[in-house]
Amino acid sequence: MNDTILDIYTRMLRIRRFEEQVGKLFSQGQLPGFVHLYIGEEGVGAGVCAALRTDDYIVSTHRGHGHFIAKGGDLNAIMAELFGKATGCCKGKGGSMHVADVSIGMLGACGIVGGGLPMASGAALSARLRGTDQVAVTFFGDGASNEGSFHETLNLASALKLPVLFVCENNQYGEFTPADKAMNIKDVADRAGSYGIPGVIVDGTDALAVYDVTTAAVARARRGEGPTLIEAKTHRRSGHAEGEEAFLAGQQYRSEDEKAAAQAKDPILVLRSTIIKQEIATAEQLDELDRDVTQAVAEAVAFARASADPAVETLYEDCWI
Amino acid sequence: MARKTYIAAIKEALAEEMRRDSTVFLIGEDVRIGVFAGTRGLHAEFGDLRVIDTPISELAVAGAGVGAAATGLRPVVDLMFGTFLYLAFDQLANQAGAMRYMYGGQVKMPLVYMVQNGGGISAGHHHSQAVHPFFMNMPLIKVVFPSTPRDVKGLLKAAIRDDNPVVFLNHIALGGQRGEVPDNDEIIPLGQGEIKREGRDVTICAAGMMVHTALKAAAKLAEEEVEAEVVDLRTLKPWDEELVLASVAKTGRFVALDESYPVCGGASEWCASVAEKGFASLKAAPQRVSNKPVPMPFSPVLEKAVIPSVDDVVAAVRKTLS
Repeated sequence: MNDTILDIYTRMLRIRRFEEQVGKLFSQGQLPGFVHLYIGEEGVGAGVCAALRTDDYIVSTHRGHGHFIAKGGDLNAIMAELFGKATGCCKGKGGSMHVADVSIGMLGACGIVGGGLPMASGAALSARLRGTDQVAVTFFGDGASNEGSFHETLNLASALKLPVLFVCENNQYGEFTPADKAMNIKDVADRAGSYGIPGVIVDGTDALAVYDVTTAAVARARRGEGPTLIEAKTHRRSGHAEGEEAFLAGQQYRSEDEKAAAQAKDPILVLRSTIIKQEIATAEQLDELDRDVTQAVAEAVAFARASADPAVETLYEDCWI
Repeated sequence: MARKTYIAAIKEALAEEMRRDSTVFLIGEDVRIGVFAGTRGLHAEFGDLRVIDTPISELAVAGAGVGAAATGLRPVVDLMFGTFLYLAFDQLANQAGAMRYMYGGQVKMPLVYMVQNGGGISAGHHHSQAVHPFFMNMPLIKVVFPSTPRDVKGLLKAAIRDDNPVVFLNHIALGGQRGEVPDNDEIIPLGQGEIKREGRDVTICAAGMMVHTALKAAAKLAEEEVEAEVVDLRTLKPWDEELVLASVAKTGRFVALDESYPVCGGASEWCASVAEKGFASLKAAPQRVSNKPVPMPFSPVLEKAVIPSVDDVVAAVRKTLS
């Protein structure tokens, strides 16, 4: 278990340092397009993915860098993709909201809220038909739980008893609208009851708790007992999108108190203190790990910067086979 | 060769491809019962695992097809009516067509969406539209619209073997149409049109039911000693532009006939291409014959007035001759 805890911590730290760097690069105008940072939600992606095998599938969201990294994605490949370079994981054709590495079961981020859920059920169906015990996980936010695709897919997956996990990262905001203005229930997990599947609530800032509930849901899915809805209560430590001040034009959508509360429980500090308290590693060892991760992120930036833009001739590549 | 119905040819194609390749499976609402009979009886041979009945959830089912195709299978997703594809738009426009490209070639998308297309059976607006232009407009989605039992079988087999997403449209009023179907394993390549009637005076290009309308118009014109050449596109995307341009080079006149709306419809697309690339051959302005731009009315009399008729085609041909 100690190895697993350190593994989860490493995944979280890789996400955090990567996202901090991405936020910095974006603010300096070095990245094209939009970026949505996963800072504050690392416990969910890392806890879930640590409970999966490499050949299990995940389908991600517009806030997908963390899922890519948590599933074991290469930092150079994702950083280069964010720069739109030819060496990116999608050869510069996907960008932040479409990062994917199918070789490790990361079936892609998804720019459409709720767009990924149906695909995950298809991957789960595929595993069943091919006679494997792979499972599929789809991440989505509280906002996506108001989409038709959420309701259609939970029902379909339940009716067909598919090996799929629905992981709702309830960060309490759909873009700039608070969840309590968008639905009259407190817990998205309650919606599981409508589809006859278990709905489990977990503290998303507690990565080990996330790991535990995921492990149980994965085991259930592999036994052929069908899907589980996991609702991880979490916080967006950053905004909806970097540079959102431009959209907001001075308007506030969360109070300073709320922002402070979101900052108060940092999933990385929570796990760090557990690791030190349980003597799984020393503070010095964790600091060294942090330096390694920071170095790897710096190398990813250097790799991305040094990489070439895609040749315009590649415009018609990867169309029809 | 044996004479078979359009629907029987669909069923044969599905059964043969499912026998040939264990990764092919069928999914959709009531595919086991087979509302249009094309899938009826397949469950008995292939079982629950490969003939999958679903809830009425077009978006979820369409997306399940995307996920299954991206992970190594060849789904045939039966969504019944073309209009039901509207409920699944996100998965086609944002995912199925784009995923391979967006991911830099990491996945294949061997996926067939099969629906009934077009009108003529007084089913009202929600069950009588010709939806193909929407999908012709989506990048990297193939669109097939066969007119005969032979074509539907050969093209469906090709669509299932294709590694790209295909919207496969069966014309709703052609199910009982009989025709010769070869006994061998004929594959008709996607993107290849066929001249269904040769002629020297005017080219009429169409697909689906409109091929039959064009053939009837050609027979009528022949009585006036006007010989019309009828090009059946069979596949709407990629379409056999070369065959159409070669025919127009011969005839010098062009009528684009399509059972869809005129704005950004099939006929508009084909006319634009002929005007752009075959202008030098043209002896008269190309003509479009399309559906009237109203929701499909229920009354058989009104419905008939919406869909292009033999007389509409004859009138368009006469315009090119005057």
